[in-house]
Amino acid sequence: MLRVARTYVASDEAAQDVVQDTWVAVMRGLERFEGRCSVKTWLYRILINRAKSSGVGERRVVPVSAVTDDGPTVAPERFRADSATRRPRHWLDPPRPWQRDPQAQMIGAELVERLHAAIGTLPDLQRRVVVLRDVEGVSAAETAELLGLTAGNQRMLLHRGRAKLRQSLEDYLSEEAAR
Amino acid sequence: MTIAPPADIACRDLVEMVTDYLEGTLPPARAAAVQAHLAECEDCTAYVEQMRRTIGLAAQLCDDDLPDELRARLLDAYRTT
Repeated sequence: MLRVARTYVASDEAAQDVVQDTWVAVMRGLERFEGRCSVKTWLYRILINRAKSSGVGERRVVPVSAVTDDGPTVAPERFRADSATRRPRHWLDPPRPWQRDPQAQMIGAELVERLHAAIGTLPDLQRRVVVLRDVEGVSAAETAELLGLTAGNQRMLLHRGRAKLRQSLEDYLSEEAAR
Repeated sequence: MTIAPPADIACRDLVEMVTDYLEGTLPPARAAAVQAHLAECEDCTAYVEQMRRTIGLAAQLCDDDLPDELRARLLDAYRTT
């Protein structure tokens, strides 16, 4: 929840306030759970509403179209040219192998830091979608609803965010291997 | 110049379909074309695998930031309403 709140407000402290404020509202029964969605989604909805109102002045709400970067999610120079005689648009510089199997054991502290930092560099909407979907495990439909996105926009933002995280892990895990 | 059959996907295009593929939202014919490509292409298979790992690692970041005391009170509140 802190991580979700943090995508709306400018500091960790402000995010903590939002989370606390959310729980206080829940405990006092200011927000009723009506069973229309999962408890988790209901909580996130309260959280996001509170984060939005507390974040006013810190960050403007920006429409999807204004923050959507477009273009390829993998650097075009990693593929053969369209005009290549052999295997056009196929890999030239393929994904570098990850030398350690990061899922073989619990995720290391350094890798956690790396992934946190990479998530932190994503544009706001991409970050919100990735955090809700991949970190918090909220469903696609509920994420789209929470953020007011169409299903297609939700997937597009998720795709762009994930692709950047993968690249960042590739940089880290293959550079580590080269040491 | 040979023209690829329409079902064939270039790697550069496949990487942009990975999320739709993993989400199961590709039309069946397109999903089959992705699968056919992956069966032939080690590099794209590696790419998809790294995307899956990225998702798995992100899930491991999820910490339970609900303090125990609040959790207990919340559960209590649910039970009594």
